[in-house]
Amino acid sequence: MSDSDAPLPHVPESRALSKKRTRLSLVWFIPIVAAIAGAWVAVVRILGEGPKVEIVFKSAEGLEAGKTKIQYNGVDVGVVTTVRLSDDHSQVITTAQMAPKTEGFLVDDTRFWVVRPRISGANVTGLNTLISGAYVAIDIGQSTKSMRTFVALETPPVVTGEVRGRFFIAKTPDLGSLDSGTPVFFRRLQVGQVASYQLDKDGQALSLKLFINAPYDQYITPNTRFWHASGFDVSLSAAGLTVQTQSALSILIGGVAFETPPTDGLAPPAEENTVFTLFNNRADAFKLPAHDPQTFVLTFKESVRGLAPGAPVEFHGIAIGEVAEINAQIDAKTFEFSAPVTIHLDAQRLGVAVRDLAPGEDIGSIRKKLIDTLVSNGARAQLRTGNLLTGSLFVAFEVFPGTPAVTVDWSRTPPELPTVPGELAAIQASVVNIIKKLDQVPIKSIGEDLEKTIADLDRALVSGRGTLDNANKLIEPNSVLGAELGNTLQEVSRAARSVRVLADYLERHPESLIRGKAEEKK
Amino acid sequence: MSATVSTAMQHGLQSCERCALLSRPAAGEHDGRCPRCGEELTFRKHESLQRTWAFVIGAAICYIPANILPVLTTTTAAGSDSDTILQGVILLWSPTGWPLSLIVLVASIMIPSAKIIALVYLLVTVQRGSTANNGQRVRMYRVVEFIGRWSMVDVFVDAFTAALVQLQPLMSVAPAPGLFFFAAVVVLTMLAVESFDPRLIWDSLDAKEVRHV
Ligand SMILES: [Zn+2]
Repeated sequence: MSDSDAPLPHVPESRALSKKRTRLSLVWFIPIVAAIAGAWVAVVRILGEGPKVEIVFKSAEGLEAGKTKIQYNGVDVGVVTTVRLSDDHSQVITTAQMAPKTEGFLVDDTRFWVVRPRISGANVTGLNTLISGAYVAIDIGQSTKSMRTFVALETPPVVTGEVRGRFFIAKTPDLGSLDSGTPVFFRRLQVGQVASYQLDKDGQALSLKLFINAPYDQYITPNTRFWHASGFDVSLSAAGLTVQTQSALSILIGGVAFETPPTDGLAPPAEENTVFTLFNNRADAFKLPAHDPQTFVLTFKESVRGLAPGAPVEFHGIAIGEVAEINAQIDAKTFEFSAPVTIHLDAQRLGVAVRDLAPGEDIGSIRKKLIDTLVSNGARAQLRTGNLLTGSLFVAFEVFPGTPAVTVDWSRTPPELPTVPGELAAIQASVVNIIKKLDQVPIKSIGEDLEKTIADLDRALVSGRGTLDNANKLIEPNSVLGAELGNTLQEVSRAARSVRVLADYLERHPESLIRGKAEEKK
Repeated sequence: MSATVSTAMQHGLQSCERCALLSRPAAGEHDGRCPRCGEELTFRKHESLQRTWAFVIGAAICYIPANILPVLTTTTAAGSDSDTILQGVILLWSPTGWPLSLIVLVASIMIPSAKIIALVYLLVTVQRGSTANNGQRVRMYRVVEFIGRWSMVDVFVDAFTAALVQLQPLMSVAPAPGLFFFAAVVVLTMLAVESFDPRLIWDSLDAKEVRHV
């Protein structure tokens, strides 16, 4: 490299740098700042990290790791971080990262559930999830026992921790349009809802769990009646057409209503979880309860069209029972049709009270005696039209004087009560009678007689005219009769004057009239 | 390598990086300023290795939060969502959207990490005085330098998206902390590339050759 030592011409000298650099470059400031910033972010993240929870779901539908939020009253309080199947593949186990400072949320009775769009009963919920996707809702429990593993609810709870009130049970044979979330009305005010329902173990009825918000729960006494207030409650009965609704809402989605009989106003509120019967409608709910009803059979020969089970049996207009069953029966020998109608009679509604009984006397024997007495006095069951418009029938148990005496055969079960044809049947019978009698009327001979009579009448009229002529002559002005008439009129005029005198007297002494009359009466 | 190679440094001369003027350092001075354009003159970039190391370490540190933290917060009627770069890649991955997803994956995750790795490799080899694969290393440097100016694309895309989406009433996009770290990675790697002096790659070779002679 000998040429390197050779001087190079025209190479200018560089200008001196103003300042020398420090040995350790300031550039190291940059990674230090980056490290500090990174560490700070990490510390904030770690310190700000909330608790982790494990939530077990039946299905992972709508759950997405890293996306699905956990919300409380619309505020994000966590996010689902992982979604996996349990070892036996029967469940979905998710872990969720909760927001900082949510430790207080995670207690023993905290509940989680997935919010998806749901249309149930009164509630159309989770519509926003159509856009945002499902999210997990949380209802914070009251317990103080901390918890990190939860089993999610299958259906959203109707009642969350914040709402105060009490639960009651209503038994119904048929769910109808009821669902969890269906409103419960009290005086047409929505005061609660159906929280849940389940089939009883024996499969005979459904138990509805009703949640009544405070303070309305205090209006429920052991005697409160609950009924289906679903939609239009239209009933056609002997009383006519009745339409009952609770509210427009209940027409759309059904409902449950309750009412406490007014006489029960002072009764103490019912205990939580008291079991009630859910009646079909308000009328059923407030129908007087039957006390140990007696069963009887009535046999009608006429059409029972319009008679329905539940139709009342009335005595003097008072419902004393109801129709239980209507059958048809044809006599094997005569092929005569009859309709045996089973009724339930509740004699207590006639005022036979247990407390009126003599000591040692049996209520059963009293009832027997009552029925016997009524029947022997001519009491009969009769079908009557309750409502001309609907043609519905009811059974009237009335006394028909003059009917031949019968006795009730108590050995038969159920005993049979005597019947009489219904009003309509009776009318039909009499119309038939009239027509039959009309048939027997000899119209032809009547006509001939009439003709003869008219001829006689003609003759009589001719003679009658002669008579009238004679009468005319009698009352002519100059006749004797005319003079007599004049005298008579004078007499009448005199009589009128004395009447006036009497009237004047009475005007002055009206008491004489009373006294005189009183004396007369004596 | 040819033994006839000659560098300015070997002649005690400095070449101006700006105007290419060759000059001689003033007496007693090591470095100086270009007598023509005033650019700082160094035989080799001033504290090149130290500065490059600092920027690379800084970039490497920022690379971690840039990928862990969300870069964008999307707020819609359905709520707000924060996505990291990787989540964005996954989100975009679809039969039709995969090219875009791939671009984001390459530009935002692979290239920054590749740049950091390449720079570390260059720094280590230069410091150890390695003379192997010199040509390859220079090509690597050129590629890294070339890519550098496009690294900001991702940040700009995010910023533009944010600005555009703000206009829609139903949806808004806001930058999240990860984006700042990501921008820091891009800037720091660019600075690292800038401060690295590729002439160093050849210096060890020269030293070897000098020693051989
Ligand atoms: Zn210059």
